[in-house]
Amino acid sequence: NEADPLITEVQEWASATGVGVDETPYGMPISFEKDVVRRNVEWLTASPISSINFTPIHALDGTITPQGCAFERHHSGAIELRKEDFRLMVNGLVDTPLVFSYQDLERFPRENHVYFCECAANTGMEWAGAQLNGAQFTHGMIHNMEYTGVPLRTLLNEAGLGAAGDLTGKWVYVEGADASSNGRSIPMEKALDDVLVAFKANGEALRMEHGYPVRLVVPGWEGNMWVKWLRRIEVTDAAVESREETSKYTDVYEDGTARKWTWVMDAKSVITSPSPQMPVSHAPGPMVISGLAWSGHGKITRVDVSRDGGITWQKARLGKQGDSKALTRFYLDGDWDGKAMLLQSRAMDETGYVQPTKQQLRDSRGENSVYHNNCIQTWYVDENGVVENVEVS
Amino acid sequence: AAVTAELEAKIAEIQADAKVRAASNPGLTEYAPKRESGYGLGRKARTEEIAAWDIDVLPDGRGLPQGRGDVFTGEEVFAEKCASCHGDFAEGVDNWPVLAGGFDTLADKDPVKTVGSYWPHLSTVWDYVHRSMPFGEAQTLTPDETYAIVAYILYSNDLVDDEFELSHENFSGFEMYNKGGFLIDDRPEREYARWSSEPCMENCKPSVEITMRATFLDVTPENGGESVMNDAKADDTPTFVAKAATSDATGGEAETAAPSPAIDPALLASGEKVFKKCKACHAVGEGAKNKSGPQLNGLIGRPMGAVEGFKYSKVFVAAHGEGRIWDETALTEFLAKPKSYMKGTKMSFSGLKKEEDLAAIKAYLKSFGE
Repeated sequence: NEADPLITEVQEWASATGVGVDETPYGMPISFEKDVVRRNVEWLTASPISSINFTPIHALDGTITPQGCAFERHHSGAIELRKEDFRLMVNGLVDTPLVFSYQDLERFPRENHVYFCECAANTGMEWAGAQLNGAQFTHGMIHNMEYTGVPLRTLLNEAGLGAAGDLTGKWVYVEGADASSNGRSIPMEKALDDVLVAFKANGEALRMEHGYPVRLVVPGWEGNMWVKWLRRIEVTDAAVESREETSKYTDVYEDGTARKWTWVMDAKSVITSPSPQMPVSHAPGPMVISGLAWSGHGKITRVDVSRDGGITWQKARLGKQGDSKALTRFYLDGDWDGKAMLLQSRAMDETGYVQPTKQQLRDSRGENSVYHNNCIQTWYVDENGVVENVEVS
Repeated sequence: AAVTAELEAKIAEIQADAKVRAASNPGLTEYAPKRESGYGLGRKARTEEIAAWDIDVLPDGRGLPQGRGDVFTGEEVFAEKCASCHGDFAEGVDNWPVLAGGFDTLADKDPVKTVGSYWPHLSTVWDYVHRSMPFGEAQTLTPDETYAIVAYILYSNDLVDDEFELSHENFSGFEMYNKGGFLIDDRPEREYARWSSEPCMENCKPSVEITMRATFLDVTPENGGESVMNDAKADDTPTFVAKAATSDATGGEAETAAPSPAIDPALLASGEKVFKKCKACHAVGEGAKNKSGPQLNGLIGRPMGAVEGFKYSKVFVAAHGEGRIWDETALTEFLAKPKSYMKGTKMSFSGLKKEEDLAAIKAYLKSFGE
């Protein structure tokens, strides 16, 4: 048992000087963390321009996702739109159709809220069975940021909703400035509730890939509705039934009928560590099992963790709760006996809803769904600490 | 701006609810104040501005511009502008969407969801083609071209005969095959009550077996950061070979070939920008593969129609036979007007109009050798 030279010898960094303050005016993570990046699954889509990548959730902790590694999804590529060239039109059934500049938006009273944004297709590849080895790939179509923006109702109020008459059955159609435009219809009740027209995330301007300069934030609802490079808001008396709300973001039941307008993201959770990309690299003894939980219906009230594939469950310790409809971090602090485990987590939200098993989802919906797979995930951890994505009975 | 009493009531209700939520969660922002008469921000939208942007078409046909197009015209326009990704018969190329067929498959395993078999409203097709297609050249189709393309898509689905003409006059009378195939989100009735009871904590099931492993399908991308991929075979029982987590696992960032330093970096940068127009169909750089267009490494000096494994149009097969080479002149003329330089090319790109764009793209492509 020899003394550690890292302690007994003077190291270079303890003697020579380091890097000056003007070296990196805007910093990147230290080079040792270069693996903590977004990744793409090439076979999923025809072109990376109309595609999605995945947040490295396995390597993050806490709840806030740094913008630089928050997943991106766009349908015709991320565009560069200057604030000076930004225009936001509010038209349709309003008293006065208006055009706002970027600067106009910053003059309305604004709010800050933390919300998760999850793609409806998150975990979609797992319907057919365990497919991808990594929490990043099975659950990484999610991020969680603090948004700064103006409530959508403020802008609707500015244009005046008198012309819309009875607001029951009225809609707000939103679209982006990019080539896909990705239009979606949002019912008026949601538009007047918590939807934000956001221009900052985690304190700084939105990144290009997240819709700079302005995007819509639709708390708790599927990511496709969070229109980026927002350019137009139209009050209508019917849903437009655009491509993204009929041909996509709909699911087929076993009898061939499909369901549409499945906007809310139900309660869900996943263990991020250990996970296939985060094997157990230490000996038996103290071990932290950690993960994320979220619900589009409100707050997460409880998360249970099982080490034996769902026979026995223990309540996990919740990290500080964020806002409603934001990610919650959970921990199960205990000892690992060095034996193989089948790890699962199960989230519950304030409505009392309990995250279902994959079998419950299949029994309810059949196997031809693509979207809204919020099943309990199982990781097999072997006695050497290697982790694999599995399905269990 | 005038606001209805009803809206006032709704907002008051929402804000009262928000106050309760804010009080129960001190981490939450206090909600922004609201000014009754508005803030007087923004300016009135002009009629022609609304006309330019408000192009959505509703299921009942509202929003459609006047125009018409028949199947015959549609076949030509489709071949020129859509077939490179969707195939001549709307059957789909590579991973691009299949637009035709799939009838009576919706209740099968892996249903084929095409415009014909799945889309409930014709308006969606018209709206999407007109606003978002062709990929990389959105918003360039005229209303007549759009009517023609939509008529051809219907024809390719056997939903109309070859004499059919679609117009603003007969549009709303057309009923799609799967019109009645959608129901509104029924999770609340179907699932929420059933899945809201106190969950089991002990002895919840007698035993647990692994029924499936991701390794069976083995579709995880390589270079998954710190992933430790086990080498178990599909028929192995779940036992694993240990592998330590290594800190120097490859990071997965795709490196592109370093541009030659002799070229003006500004020109190269603008070339990279111009190349965005090409990216949907072409790849260049290290490891570039054929997409719906051939990969472009070592293009200058390369024989035409020479990339292995790419299915060229007849005109390029002929050019290859004649021994024609992609030199700078050929590339300039082709990129300026692809369809007139190479009559019959499947490349659906209208061409680069600016001299400086042509110079930049050539410099950029030149920087990628073999």
